[in-house]
Amino acid sequence: MALRSPILVGYYTMVRKDVTRVLRIWSQTLLPPAITMALYFAIFGTFIGSQVDAIDGFPYIQFIVPGLVMMSVITSSYMNTVSTLYFAKWIKTIHEVMVSPMPNWVVVAGYTSGGVLRGFMVAVIVIAVSLFFTKLTIFSVGVIIGAALLTSLLFSLLGLINAMYAKSFDAINIVPTFVLTPLTYLGGIFYSIDQLPEFFRILSLFNPILYMVNAFRYGFLGITDVPLSLAFGVMGGLTVLAFIVVMYLFHTGKGLKT
Amino acid sequence: MHIIASSETDAILVLLMSEQTPAVRITGLKKTYPADKKQPPVEALKGLDLMIKQGEFLALLGPNGAGKTTTIGILSGLVNKSEGTIEVCGVDVTTHPDKAKSFIGLVPQEMNFDIFEKVINIVVTQAGYYGIPRAQALKKAEEVLKELGLWDKKNAQAQHLSGGMKRRLLIARALVHEPKILLLDEPTAGVDVELRRGMWDFLRKLSASGTTIVLTTHYLEEAELLASRVAIINHGTIIEEGTVKELITKLNFVTLILDTTEPLKDAALVLLRDMNVKKLDENTLELTLSPGQTVNEAIRKIAATGIQIANIRNAGSRLEEIFVNLIKK
Repeated sequence: MALRSPILVGYYTMVRKDVTRVLRIWSQTLLPPAITMALYFAIFGTFIGSQVDAIDGFPYIQFIVPGLVMMSVITSSYMNTVSTLYFAKWIKTIHEVMVSPMPNWVVVAGYTSGGVLRGFMVAVIVIAVSLFFTKLTIFSVGVIIGAALLTSLLFSLLGLINAMYAKSFDAINIVPTFVLTPLTYLGGIFYSIDQLPEFFRILSLFNPILYMVNAFRYGFLGITDVPLSLAFGVMGGLTVLAFIVVMYLFHTGKGLKT
Repeated sequence: MHIIASSETDAILVLLMSEQTPAVRITGLKKTYPADKKQPPVEALKGLDLMIKQGEFLALLGPNGAGKTTTIGILSGLVNKSEGTIEVCGVDVTTHPDKAKSFIGLVPQEMNFDIFEKVINIVVTQAGYYGIPRAQALKKAEEVLKELGLWDKKNAQAQHLSGGMKRRLLIARALVHEPKILLLDEPTAGVDVELRRGMWDFLRKLSASGTTIVLTTHYLEEAELLASRVAIINHGTIIEEGTVKELITKLNFVTLILDTTEPLKDAALVLLRDMNVKKLDENTLELTLSPGQTVNEAIRKIAATGIQIANIRNAGSRLEEIFVNLIKK
């Protein structure tokens, strides 16, 4: 169907360009998470996991699969927007977008949708890979899609903020390396926080990724360390906050305009 | 016209625009770049005023750092202004930036396209950003690429184009949404003479079709040959503007070269010390007319000293003279 609204055409053009790029360089965008997660499933799930007791009645590999899928979604969504926008800034193709009459919210929606779509593509691939190692149960499709959507939205927006502040390629790797990875590993992917000493259990509750991992795991296994409503409240609240910050930064032209 | 009309207000603004509405009206435009590390703040524009009529071909001349690119950047939405107002076709760029941008096509100084992308995709994607549906964008892209002699390169990656072709690609991309105003920031910098002349012909045709063109350039010959009006910018303000003819008349910087039949004698030159003459060699004098002085009067004075004039010719670079004298002030 031909698009008529200029705003929809602009949005579609941005998404099309980004998705085409992701598919064209699939060996850099889609293949690495499949390989990394296959190693996680094999080493932590099968080799070590077979020695670990079941958690909440589920074999260890089944327990960690949702968290590892979520880890891939977080990394892919974040890296998609941060690298797309920063690279566009670096080679100045961002000017093509900035001189156009697309309102800022359309530009933000375009970049964010690219991140969300890459996050979903990676999620499907990683889930497919996991089927080689374990069987998959689905408790609630709605919760799975809702948690994945909010998480990929949030991290796509955070990637944009990082890209706007970044002044070098190093700066787009600092946050993923020193913030995102530790928070993800400590976000209850490999363990239930109920297994932790009280102090670390309470400390973990301040890690937003814990809520994303648990909501996603609930969608598959029906178990969670935190109330589901709180998990969606945290994800939704942070996403709205990130959107407001991104819109403000685009309005002021932070890192984009001189 | 393919513009993003996001509200009824926008539609009314378009209707209000008459032929008398200036294409661009800039009032009191100021821009200060903030301090950066060891660099102090830079005041690039200090209250620039400029009006450009619809259909006009304006050359914005100025030395490096005068504020040309900053002005173009603010007009096209790439640079934030510090103060002042800008209207594009009657639309305020601050209150209705998206509408104002729809009237403008920008040909930047730098090659700011994805070098790994195919030529056709660069143009079609840009059309998409302006809200032109893909099928229509493909037709329009074919039209502009053919016009700029790039159609046979449509499937080539931009990195494989020659320097001149890349420049033409920038123009094709800027024209794909049929802008009312085309801004060109030094489009012929580093381009060979033949290509430059080809580009001039194209810009003349475009101007004749009614597109308002604003061109910044270092080539004074380019401004003189193409522009219907010239604005000279220095230290962030417009220091002079008008048609080339007006500027020459107003500033009277006519310079003539006089060839003499016999070698020049110092005694004769002493008699001309109140005139702006310079001995170039034994048989050549350079004469710059003073404001209000006629050629007749000047020649009479020179002839009265006994100097026999064999030939008179224009020194050329007329605009260059004006330019150099103005920015020296």
